[in-house]
Amino acid sequence: MIAPGFSDPVFQSQAAFRALLTALSEPGTLQQVAGEVPPPEGLTAATATALLTLADYETPVWLPEALRSGPAGAWLRFHCGATVVDKPAEAAFAVIDGMADEPKLSAFNLGTDQFPDRSTTVIVQIAGLEGGPALTLAGPGIPGSRNIAPLGLRPGFTDELRENGALYPLGVDVLLAHGEGLIGLPRSTQVEEAR
Amino acid sequence: MTVHQMPADNTKPAYNYAYLDEQTKRMIRRALLKAVAVPGYQVPFGSREMPLARGWGTGGIQITAALIGPADTLKVIDQGADDTTNAVSIRKFFERTADARTSEATEEATIIQTRHRIPEAPLKSGQVMVYQVPMPEPLRKLEPREAETRKMHAWAEYGLMQVKLYESIARFGEVTTTYDYPVMVNGRYVMSPSPIPKFDNPKMHMSPALQLFGAGREKRIYALPPYTSVKSLDFEDHPFRIQSWTQPCGLCGAGDSYLDEVVIDDQGGRMFVCSDSHYCETRRAEGHRGTMLGDAAASGLVEETTP
Repeated sequence: MIAPGFSDPVFQSQAAFRALLTALSEPGTLQQVAGEVPPPEGLTAATATALLTLADYETPVWLPEALRSGPAGAWLRFHCGATVVDKPAEAAFAVIDGMADEPKLSAFNLGTDQFPDRSTTVIVQIAGLEGGPALTLAGPGIPGSRNIAPLGLRPGFTDELRENGALYPLGVDVLLAHGEGLIGLPRSTQVEEAR
Repeated sequence: MTVHQMPADNTKPAYNYAYLDEQTKRMIRRALLKAVAVPGYQVPFGSREMPLARGWGTGGIQITAALIGPADTLKVIDQGADDTTNAVSIRKFFERTADARTSEATEEATIIQTRHRIPEAPLKSGQVMVYQVPMPEPLRKLEPREAETRKMHAWAEYGLMQVKLYESIARFGEVTTTYDYPVMVNGRYVMSPSPIPKFDNPKMHMSPALQLFGAGREKRIYALPPYTSVKSLDFEDHPFRIQSWTQPCGLCGAGDSYLDEVVIDDQGGRMFVCSDSHYCETRRAEGHRGTMLGDAAASGLVEETTP
């Protein structure tokens, strides 16, 4: 049995898009998507809503091995019509687990110097958007600096984010997701461990 | 359409909310998210045919259609004014297709679609500016080939633009570009701010509002997230300057707003008035009076309000 998608696609996707747009244009702010979508096993409500809002037959999606062949893969194919791909570099959207060692952010499509917009948007599902080690963010969308404290990111993930930011204007755009909450970390954001 | 397919008068229109179909909105939304992630970079998108001619704001309309929802209040301005043809018809378009709440008040609006101006009233966090852009590529007049301008952006080769500004100084003693004045965004991309007067350029720098740019005919979307560095290109010995006027607005007496010069007779008479109609009306309602307000009210051109 495949879990349902949007009951009201026009307005639910519109509201979710505005949350996503604010998340990526004001990095580090916590955005809530309305949790009206019961997500399939392995995806949080925020991830599921983001994929329903953005993914379709034009956007290959990468899912972890365990989700690809499970209910989440079937749900994604059914509701979005998206191709689920094996290679991270082929994906327009990807969902990864914050604690999994692989794949690294650099394994995804980083865009090309002439088309940096073709990079992957990576949704990282983590254990919490608060209560973890503090990170300081700076860059466009942030007046001065902003602190976040995501919980449940693999060791070295901050370095990956920093290396990703150093590639600017290339690089992936990251969305941290937990429950119905989202925090955007576009490539334009510089991430440092807070001291 | 055959006769039996004709919708009855009371049925809903045969198009989606906000006119565009959901697949198109998704495509535009994805482009917008990439645009805010790389401020100033022009993201290609599949611009659709709209029920008005390209060049009349189809890029801006498509962005607004992808954004707008029941919680939004829409303001549309054309050259600063809420009551000109383009602004009125775009406002009507969204009233009809998206049941949009519209307003002329800058501070009430959540989405402000604009052609050629940024409102005088300061923008707030949470507001979205949507610019209609005729020519998104700032380098196009210097290099007609898209393949070349794309490389110039990729490698941040902007010498040609500096040379153009320099040549203007060498010939005229100053940079003569007065609108669509090129800006450097986040220290990386040279961007066309759309044909706003250079008077408005400083308002883009570190603006608390999100700014989105849509070029329908040229099929490009680009963006400025809030609090993004936007620097007008200049030289150390020829710093960027905005326009100034020798007299204040003839109707409301404002000395700090962008003024339009209006010829009022065939004897060489002219007056200067605020281009931002809402700003001018607000000031008149507050009791500010310009030197020509009495004449204009007497001839029925404006309503004289008493505070």
